[in-house]
Amino acid sequence: MTSADFYIVLPEVLLAVFAMLALVVAVYTGKDKTAPLMFWLTAAVMAALAVWIGLNGEGDNAAFGGMFNDDSFSRFSKVIILLSGAAILLMSAPYMAKRDLLKFEYPLLIALATVGMMVMVSAGDLMTLYMGLELQSLALYVVASLRRDSVKSTEAGLKYFVLGALSSGMLLYGASLVYGFAGTTLFGGIIQTASEGHVSLGLLFGLVFLISGLAFKVSAVPFHMWTPDVYEGAPTPVTAFFATAPKVAAMAMFARVLFDAFGGVTGDWGQVVAILSILSMALGAIAAIGQTNIKRLMAYSSIAHMGFALMGLAAGNAGGVQAMLIYLAIYVTMNIGTFAFILSMERDGRPVTDISGLNMLSKSEPLKALAMLVLLFSLAGVPPLVGFFGKFYVLKAAVDANLVWLAVGGVIASVIGAFYYLRLVFFMYFGKEGDGIDGAMAPVAWVFLMGSAAIMVVGVVNLFGIEALAATAANALVN
Amino acid sequence: MGKCPMKGAYVPELLREYLPIIIFLAIAVGLGLVLILAAIVIAVRHPDPEKVSAYECGFNAFDDARMKFDVRFYLVAILFIIFDLEIAFLFPWAVAFKDVGLVGFWSMIVFLGVLTIGFAYEWKKGALEWA
Repeated sequence: MTSADFYIVLPEVLLAVFAMLALVVAVYTGKDKTAPLMFWLTAAVMAALAVWIGLNGEGDNAAFGGMFNDDSFSRFSKVIILLSGAAILLMSAPYMAKRDLLKFEYPLLIALATVGMMVMVSAGDLMTLYMGLELQSLALYVVASLRRDSVKSTEAGLKYFVLGALSSGMLLYGASLVYGFAGTTLFGGIIQTASEGHVSLGLLFGLVFLISGLAFKVSAVPFHMWTPDVYEGAPTPVTAFFATAPKVAAMAMFARVLFDAFGGVTGDWGQVVAILSILSMALGAIAAIGQTNIKRLMAYSSIAHMGFALMGLAAGNAGGVQAMLIYLAIYVTMNIGTFAFILSMERDGRPVTDISGLNMLSKSEPLKALAMLVLLFSLAGVPPLVGFFGKFYVLKAAVDANLVWLAVGGVIASVIGAFYYLRLVFFMYFGKEGDGIDGAMAPVAWVFLMGSAAIMVVGVVNLFGIEALAATAANALVN
Repeated sequence: MGKCPMKGAYVPELLREYLPIIIFLAIAVGLGLVLILAAIVIAVRHPDPEKVSAYECGFNAFDDARMKFDVRFYLVAILFIIFDLEIAFLFPWAVAFKDVGLVGFWSMIVFLGVLTIGFAYEWKKGALEWA
């Protein structure tokens, strides 16, 4: 263990040290009076780290004997995670201030969850992976029940905790089987055992349990049942966070385990991931139709989107991972904008989550309605918006990998799913008069809503060059 | 059994290794029985309703399980678990202190530092006040 190792994990260490110092400073000074400062400070630190990692990171470095990897794949994911986390923090501060939820612990817990996510996407060993995963999960269980005097919020936290513990148990069971049959927890060692022609039955069992545990974390069907309840019960800023950074981290970790540890046996896990993908897309599209609560609707929407991201993974090659990364980046951007709007949905000072609140928004707030129209079309994957290109890349990756049935299923699910996005648009433009929402919106949230909608239109030109970055990241992982 | 010459010699050899445990079990069971019998035979008894009722940490032993009780019980329990785990880490560390070297030493100090930060937070937050 040398200082070179520590230099590689420096971003994680800095963020963790920042969170701990800020915790002590805040609790010994103004407590919740320091909360607004903490929101901005944490967001600033996270954004600064994202810039640093994005500009400074180079090459393929392994620390602590391969337990921690710093390559362009992990850097790509980390930049998305940090930036989306910072954005969500900034836009949730006004909402939380209004509803007496402005606690200084919240941004610090988000920072610690982010440290966990950064470790997850860099993991080169089952131990590191589990450590990062638990650091992330424990912080998220707490923030899910942040509004502790609300029955729904505490129920969300408890449900998330119990099912999260179950999934961690399955993951650990799989990890122990893998360790038993491969003789090591290092991905570099597992891949040697797993690529020698055939996989032993025990290792295969371990792999399937690992995939089940990971599917829980990305909320892929049939391990999705916690998602709608947790999304609905948790305070809206927390829901916004759940829908963005942790999803990216879990998907990136999924890809890392499958390629770094089981890259030699893509045929064995490719089918499982393809099944998860088609089920998620189908259920996400169909179950969302009956929802009237926009947070539940976004939960099913995220399940469907994870299905599409898994389609890229199921392809089992660098092109598929590239498609997955592009999809995730686009998904996060769309969700930040959409949640910036959902956060501002209120009537007479009370938050509104029923979709009937969107009625005739186009008349009272034409600009916001237009931005939402763009975002919803993009979520549905309507060309020529950026969301379409995300779907295009994963479908192309699936077809290239001879998974035509999966691609066809994805297109059908996408068409079905378009219905509920378009229904929201219908409410905004042709809905009934009355019981709409108030026009007020925090300036920060407004900026994110408009920025995200603008990206969905302007990004059509070249996707801001993310394609090449994702290709580099995917090649770093797969080769 | 008789056909295999090894087996006859092997099994008693295996059992002999467990002899200390059997002796230990015998003593443990015997001592336990003696103490219980002694309590029945020679102890002085003045029973009253409170004494003979089951003791359950300050609650009624037979009651609805879904009742409210103070969240501070949890706080203390969680705090206990944290420091219990700390001991679980510290013990092997202390035993292998010579072998873990400087890296091992500083790893544990960092761990204790993180734990102390959590403790300072909890203290200042008022989780330890029972009034």
